Amino acid sequence: MNLHAIRAIYLFEMHRTWRTIMQSIISPVISTSLYFVVFGSAIGGRIPEINGVSYGAFIVPGLVMLSLLTQSISNASFGIYFPKFTGTIYELLSAPVSYFEIVVAYVGAAASKSIILGVIILATAALFVPMRIEHPFVMVLFLVLTAVTFSLFGFIIGIWADGFEKLQLVPLMIVTPLTFLGGSFYSIDMLPPFWRTVTLFNPVVYLISGFRWSFYSVSDVHIGTSLGMTAVFLVVCILIVRWMFKTGYRLKS
Amino acid sequence: MMVGSLISFPRDVTTENSVRTGLMSSAISVSNLHKTYDSGFEALKNINLDIHHGEIFALLGPNGAGKTTLISTICGIVNPTSGTILADGHDIQKEYRAARTKIGLVPQELTTDAFETVWNTVSFSRGLFGKSSNPAHIEKILKELSLWDKKDNKIITLSGGMKRRVMIAKALSHEPEILFLDEPTAGVDVELRRDMWNVVRALRESGVTIILTTHYIEEAEQMADRIGVINKGEIILVEEKSELMRSLGKKQLRLQLQEERKAVPEALAKYGLELTPTGCELIYSYDAHKDKTGIASLLKDLDKAGIGFNDIQTKQSSLEEIFVNLVRERK
Repeated sequence: MNLHAIRAIYLFEMHRTWRTIMQSIISPVISTSLYFVVFGSAIGGRIPEINGVSYGAFIVPGLVMLSLLTQSISNASFGIYFPKFTGTIYELLSAPVSYFEIVVAYVGAAASKSIILGVIILATAALFVPMRIEHPFVMVLFLVLTAVTFSLFGFIIGIWADGFEKLQLVPLMIVTPLTFLGGSFYSIDMLPPFWRTVTLFNPVVYLISGFRWSFYSVSDVHIGTSLGMTAVFLVVCILIVRWMFKTGYRLKS
Repeated sequence: MMVGSLISFPRDVTTENSVRTGLMSSAISVSNLHKTYDSGFEALKNINLDIHHGEIFALLGPNGAGKTTLISTICGIVNPTSGTILADGHDIQKEYRAARTKIGLVPQELTTDAFETVWNTVSFSRGLFGKSSNPAHIEKILKELSLWDKKDNKIITLSGGMKRRVMIAKALSHEPEILFLDEPTAGVDVELRRDMWNVVRALRESGVTIILTTHYIEEAEQMADRIGVINKGEIILVEEKSELMRSLGKKQLRLQLQEERKAVPEALAKYGLELTPTGCELIYSYDAHKDKTGIASLLKDLDKAGIGFNDIQTKQSSLEEIFVNLVRERK
């Protein structure tokens, strides 16, 4: 195991975050705060409680998830796409590092960043709305699992993308809609039965539901199902990355 | 540039090499290597090549000949279609860690992390290649490559020549035993080119095996121990530089005439002489290694024909001319 390499890549990526702190941390915090101001405080006061939780507090887990997903994807996809774009990837490909080590370092750094961000957003949320965390361990588990899974997903997008447009395409066209329709702002119980069934095909539903359960012990689907689905998605991502490295897909000719 | 102390790399390659002489595996050993790109383009055709420990090997060839593909394949950036490559006896695919640890690569393109500092990017390379951090070593490399006063500068602020040095520093950061330099002096001014040559020589002195590709024949001529010529994906020749120069090098005798002439005199037709367009110079090409070069009889016949000359000059053909002839012959 080339631990020096993992450390070098990890620190290099974390250093990039501090260098671009505005875009990495501050801007997601600002945009999430705006959600709280608008949906939580301004409109939220006129919306009745959901499952005994005030609307402002109800959307906190969903908003944290929204940031966690989009930031994990963009951190990881950019982290691996940029060396491909500039050509510095040659060094990574010619170095004595295994694919596993490359993934651990890049995904680890991307996940670390989004976890830090998630915690900052939670702290910000606490300033706007009263909230409680009933199952802190499950909360942390979901935070880490989601960050890792979606960083891995972002890593896949970064390898797949051959232009900046594609890099933006998946987060914008798929992930954001899935998150909004995945119960960030409502309980899927509120939907008509047909749409409720359709929604269950959206993997983000399980993340948000499970994450919300760790806060308020209320959920749309069983917590076990949520964990199981997240684990399935993680495994699928791992298999795709494995295949990509094995074949050298879009990395080596 | 201070290059002399590059020889003091904390490694014992030289002694190792002397023990290995003759019997040991090559620094790089390529056998039956083929590479066909997805597009169907056959970039490398059955390459067999052995690079000896401690030598400077120059790979020459026109654009698109396969030089970069060959280097990239050895370094793990391009997947071979078939064939095996050993680096210091280690298969580059099955034992990629052992093989790659020994190799440093300076690619042709100036690709660097624009927003990083020189110090960070060079230290990063060392870590990536599995070496524990060693600020003293990085400091030494940066000083030797005249980069020390730029260590805290972002790479984007450096000139092209400085960026090239940064890339060399990155490749040297992990103390490689085999160094690939892909067109190290392309687009580099004359002074920096001389500096680079000194660096390369100093590295060789310290026992590092060096493989360089180049367009500048002058570079190969001055630096290399052996030369390989690649054209259209095939190695068409591998030879000691001096041997190559000797066996393929034609010599020319140039005679400065006393009077201008319109044509080569008929009496001298058998020598295949050339008259320069100005009519002032006669050129006789001969093989310096033959027993009879024909110079003596030519001079006699000139005298007989009453052609006087002011000056005589002989010239060995350069590697460039040899190379151009080689590539032309194979077309």
